[in-house]
Amino acid sequence: MRYDTIVIGGGPAGLAAAIKASEGGASVLLIEREARLGGILKQCIHDGFGVVRFGEKLAGPEYAERFIRKLADTNVQVSLFSFVTRTERRADGYVITYVCREGVCSAECGSIVLATGCRERTRNGIYIHGDRCAGVYTAGAAQNLVNILGVMPGKRIVILGSGDIGLIMARRLTLEGAKVVGVYEAKPTPSGLTRNIHQCLHDFDIPLYLSRTVTKVYGHERLERVEISDVDERMRPIPGTEQYVDCDCLVLAVGLIPENELASDLGVPLDPRTKGAYVDQNCETRIDGIYACGNALHVNDLVDYVSESGETAGSHCAAGTRERELVSIETAGKLLYVVPQMLDVRSDVSGVVMYFRASEELTGQRLTVKAGNETVYSKVYGKLLPPEMERVVVDFGKAKDLSRITVTLEDK
Amino acid sequence: MEMVCIVCPNGCRLTVTGEGEDIAVSGNKCKRGEAFAVAELTAPMRSVTTSVRTTVAGYPVVSVKTDGEIPKGRIAELMALCRQITIDKPLAIGTKVAEDLFGTGVDLITTTDMEEANE
Repeated sequence: MRYDTIVIGGGPAGLAAAIKASEGGASVLLIEREARLGGILKQCIHDGFGVVRFGEKLAGPEYAERFIRKLADTNVQVSLFSFVTRTERRADGYVITYVCREGVCSAECGSIVLATGCRERTRNGIYIHGDRCAGVYTAGAAQNLVNILGVMPGKRIVILGSGDIGLIMARRLTLEGAKVVGVYEAKPTPSGLTRNIHQCLHDFDIPLYLSRTVTKVYGHERLERVEISDVDERMRPIPGTEQYVDCDCLVLAVGLIPENELASDLGVPLDPRTKGAYVDQNCETRIDGIYACGNALHVNDLVDYVSESGETAGSHCAAGTRERELVSIETAGKLLYVVPQMLDVRSDVSGVVMYFRASEELTGQRLTVKAGNETVYSKVYGKLLPPEMERVVVDFGKAKDLSRITVTLEDK
Repeated sequence: MEMVCIVCPNGCRLTVTGEGEDIAVSGNKCKRGEAFAVAELTAPMRSVTTSVRTTVAGYPVVSVKTDGEIPKGRIAELMALCRQITIDKPLAIGTKVAEDLFGTGVDLITTTDMEEANE
C-alpha cells in the first residue's frame, strides 16, 4: 500500500499533522502503538490543557478528544497496536515496516511525519545507586498506573523533581489515598509553575525540599528507604549530609528527552541542544520528505504548541516535495535554543513561528532577529525563565538579505 | 497577607490587606485575581479532576472532573463519593456520573470518551 504521508505517533502532534495533511489532499496513514489515540494526554487527567487554542481549561483526554473527533471526519487510515520496526529510504520515498495485529506489515510513502513524543529520564539517567528493588517509577509510569489502570504504585511515596509533572503526581497520589512524604528538588528553586506549588502541594500540606536529591535506594525486593543528600550549587551531593526516608515508592519526575530512535535510523541530523531534529520553518528536517513535530522535536510546556507544530508539518508535507534552499538560523547571547534552526528561503517566510528558551533566569532582555544586517523583529522581555518556552512570529517577507539569519538574546 | 493566584498559569503574587467588607487586593494582573483572593479568604473553591472505577473492558477506570468549583473543604468527601461509583457501560465524554455535588449545582462528568471494548 502506498500513501502520500505516513504519520508515526497518534498523540497531539500526530493527530494534528494527520488532520492537516488529509485536509491538504494527501492520503495519510497514522500509525499508533497503543490501543487508543491521544498519546500521553490519555493519562493526563488534570485540567489546564487548551487555554491558548480553545480558551478553556480542558482535561488532557478532553483536549485529545477534540482532535480524535476531527480525525474521524477525514480519510486518514489509522493503524492501532502498531509499532514501527524499520524505515528505509527508496528513490521515490520511504518504506515503513511495522508490527501490528495482522503480523508484520509494510507501507510506502512519499513523506514521513515523526510525531513520536518524548521519553522520561530514568533512575539510570540520574545515577541513583543502590538496590534493584521494585517500587521505583518514572512519573509517567506512576500516572499510567493510577489514571489508566486504576492501580496505586505505593502507599508511602517520595517524589524527586518539582517540575509540573512531579507536582501534579504529588496531588494525584495524595487524593487517591497515598502519603506523599515529600517532593525533593536538586535545584535551589522549584521548577514547576508557582500556581502548581500552591494548588498541588500547599493545598495538601505536602512538603517541598529544595537543593536535595535522592542518592541511593534500599530495599529487599520492594523499596524500603531512600537516601537523601543535600547538593552544592553545582548539584553535586555533599558527603555527610545523608538523611534516610522510609517509603515503598519513589516517583522520578526528572526530565523528558525527545524520542528520536526512528529519526536516527533514517539518518536525520539532531540538534544537541533540543535533542530533536534540525528543522526549517515547515518542520521539515535536513532530509527532504521527513518532518518532525511536537515533543519529538523539542520538549514543549503547552500542548497547544505541540498541536501547532503538528499542523505545520501536516500542511506542508501535503504540499509535496519541492526544492529547498536552507539557511541556518544562528543564535547568539543567552539562548538555550531556537526552533526552527533553519529557514527555507524558497518557501513562505512571512509568518515564521519561532520558539525559544532562555539559557538561565534573566530579567530585562531584548530578543532581536536579523536578516543580514537588518532587524526584522525585536521584543523586550521583563523576565525569562528556562522552564518557560517563548513563542514569537517573525515576518521575513520583506527582508532583503536572507543569506545570514541571527537570533540574539541580550541585556536591553 | 501574601498569596498566589491559581486562576491561570500566570500565578500572580497577590497582596491582600484588610478584612470583612474592606478587603483590598494588589499584584493581580486581572480582576479574576481579586475575586480569587476574596474567595480564598472567605470560602476557597477548587475544581477537581480524578477517576472512577468501571466494569467496561479496557477501562479499569475512567477520568472525571467537576464541571465547576466545589468548596476546597469538600474535596475529601468528593473522593469518598468517587470511590462509591462504578460505571457499568461505555459512556460518551461529558456524561454526568454524579449531580449537584454538595448542593453547589456542580456535576461530576466524564472527560474520556469510552469506546466499545478495544482490547
